[in-house]
Amino acid sequence: MKPEDLHYAKTHEWVSVAEVAGQKIATVGISAFAVEALTDLVFIELPKVGAQVEAEQPFCEVESVKAVSDVYAPVTGEVIEVNKTLPDKLEILGSDPYNEGWIAKIRITDESNLANLLDFTAYEKQCAEEGH
Amino acid sequence: MRNTRDTQLLFDLSKPGRRAARLPACDVPETAIEDLLPASAVAAAPPALPEVPEPQIIRHYLNLSTLNMSVDTHFYPLGSCTMKYNPKRNERAAAMPGFADLHPLQPAETIQGMLHVLYEMQQYLSEISGLPACSLQPAAGAQGEYAALLVAAAYFRDIGQAAQRRKVLAPDNAHGTNPASAVMAGFNTITVKTRSNGGVDMEDFYKKLDDNIAVFMITNPNTVGIFEPNMREIADAVHAKGGLVYLDGANMNAILGVTRPGDFGADMQHYNPHKTFSGPHGGGGPGAGPICVTEVLAKYLPSPMVVKEEESGVRDQESAGTSSLGRDLTPDSRHLTPKYRLDYNRPHSIGRVRSFFGNVGVLLRAYCYIRTHGPDGLRRVSENAVLNANYLLSKVKHILPVPQGDRCMHEFVASGSKLKAERGVAAMDLAKRLLDFGYHAPTVYFPLTVPEAIMVEPTETESKETLDAFAETLFRITGEDPELLHEAPHTTAISRPDEVQAARNPMLCCRVD
Repeated sequence: MKPEDLHYAKTHEWVSVAEVAGQKIATVGISAFAVEALTDLVFIELPKVGAQVEAEQPFCEVESVKAVSDVYAPVTGEVIEVNKTLPDKLEILGSDPYNEGWIAKIRITDESNLANLLDFTAYEKQCAEEGH
Repeated sequence: MRNTRDTQLLFDLSKPGRRAARLPACDVPETAIEDLLPASAVAAAPPALPEVPEPQIIRHYLNLSTLNMSVDTHFYPLGSCTMKYNPKRNERAAAMPGFADLHPLQPAETIQGMLHVLYEMQQYLSEISGLPACSLQPAAGAQGEYAALLVAAAYFRDIGQAAQRRKVLAPDNAHGTNPASAVMAGFNTITVKTRSNGGVDMEDFYKKLDDNIAVFMITNPNTVGIFEPNMREIADAVHAKGGLVYLDGANMNAILGVTRPGDFGADMQHYNPHKTFSGPHGGGGPGAGPICVTEVLAKYLPSPMVVKEEESGVRDQESAGTSSLGRDLTPDSRHLTPKYRLDYNRPHSIGRVRSFFGNVGVLLRAYCYIRTHGPDGLRRVSENAVLNANYLLSKVKHILPVPQGDRCMHEFVASGSKLKAERGVAAMDLAKRLLDFGYHAPTVYFPLTVPEAIMVEPTETESKETLDAFAETLFRITGEDPELLHEAPHTTAISRPDEVQAARNPMLCCRVD
């Protein structure tokens, strides 16, 4: 996936929504900007498959050498799959955050938050402001 | 001249039969260990302890200690941690046999001197905070927070609001211990946003403030070195909703004798004696985190407290009755009633939070610091801490941007983000390179609200020359070759440890073959 085609939460998670068998499935990860800001990552605590998550609420934790940070769910729904290779290969979050570095797939049950997500240009602008 | 031989692991230096001390032959009957302990408690073989003579042990540890930096050897502007110089007279006072050789189980009448000091310490801390009741018991600032939140919970239970008041609010630049203490004490924590100047975002604060508030926890001056501009308004709003205000006293060193938490609306606070009153920074060792609270909350404080008997209670009842003057002129020491005692009869107390009386050795050093400075001296400590930080800020802001503005309290946070964007040099690179020039690094990457944060706290004891030299060095480093900086430090025994591997696969045990 190209970063230009994704949507973003203000809290630096990316989302790609696809329609599978009539259901909207969001693939979720964290942006390259977030990975860069977190510095060297040490642990990730993935959400549980089957967990109900709510948009803008923490659903996953990443720990870097600097701090433990929450990852916020960018959509409301049920976690249907998690990227099990991540915990042992955290470096792919840095090398390929938008493809191999996906964190979870969420079956969207409430679409109301989708309108709050930013497109690539708006997200880039936010990052530029935060960086200074 | 680095001594790499004696700094090897003691296990590697070990040779069978070498001893640091030789004991005389045993002249009492010996009992086999198997006769004293059940078989399950007796090891099959003795533990593999290293066998090293005393001179080598001394060389080992002394050489290791020279690989480190300390405030006694280097300028140590580690923001947030307040690495102030520890006057050596504190050590002398704490080492006096009348203090150092006490046993915690001694009866109160035999430790009157210590209890006297602790009683006065309670009074002093209350006076400095403007909060009338004090417990010295908590063993660290974080435990002080936790104990104070238990006090708050006990208070809300008592007035029948425990079920309603579940929320603890804390700004996003709070120390991580604040939300952790709140959760441990049974509350839910909610983060309040801060503005770029470090102050609480009042709009977000009012959005999150409701009748469910138990406690608002605030560090003031806060962690970017700013005195909260809306402190009074925040405290009044929290009180109007029936909540309590907790002051994280981590930065009390900036306001001693200038203002008091009790006067600006706090109901509870802790002290970090190692930051404010020059106790030793324990490195995980014994600490102290005394707490002060309002009159209303006093009865919930941990037990026991040191109390002073009223003058009438000082006299021994028997002899008092026999004296025509109303006082015994020839007191018999066997009948002296203690003047100070530990009061356990406190039915509303949350109970003990620490065995015995906390880490009194740390409190003794803080007591000594308070007494040797006196009220005016403590105020000067804070004035100089603030002056030094502002002087250094006025220099550093020309090297690295300081988002909070031109003024600070005891510390300030510069941002390396511009340098990173332009030259690829991270805050960590600057911090590591400073070690090569004989400076302990400032705190980096905290608070998280400032990108590439570099948090500088010079403390009150540094001279203008030291501050000038530090700023010049920082300026010089920002112009150095990025490649050189990425690999710094170049002069220390260990350059850059692999922090990721250290966190993911720590080697915690020495393997003895």
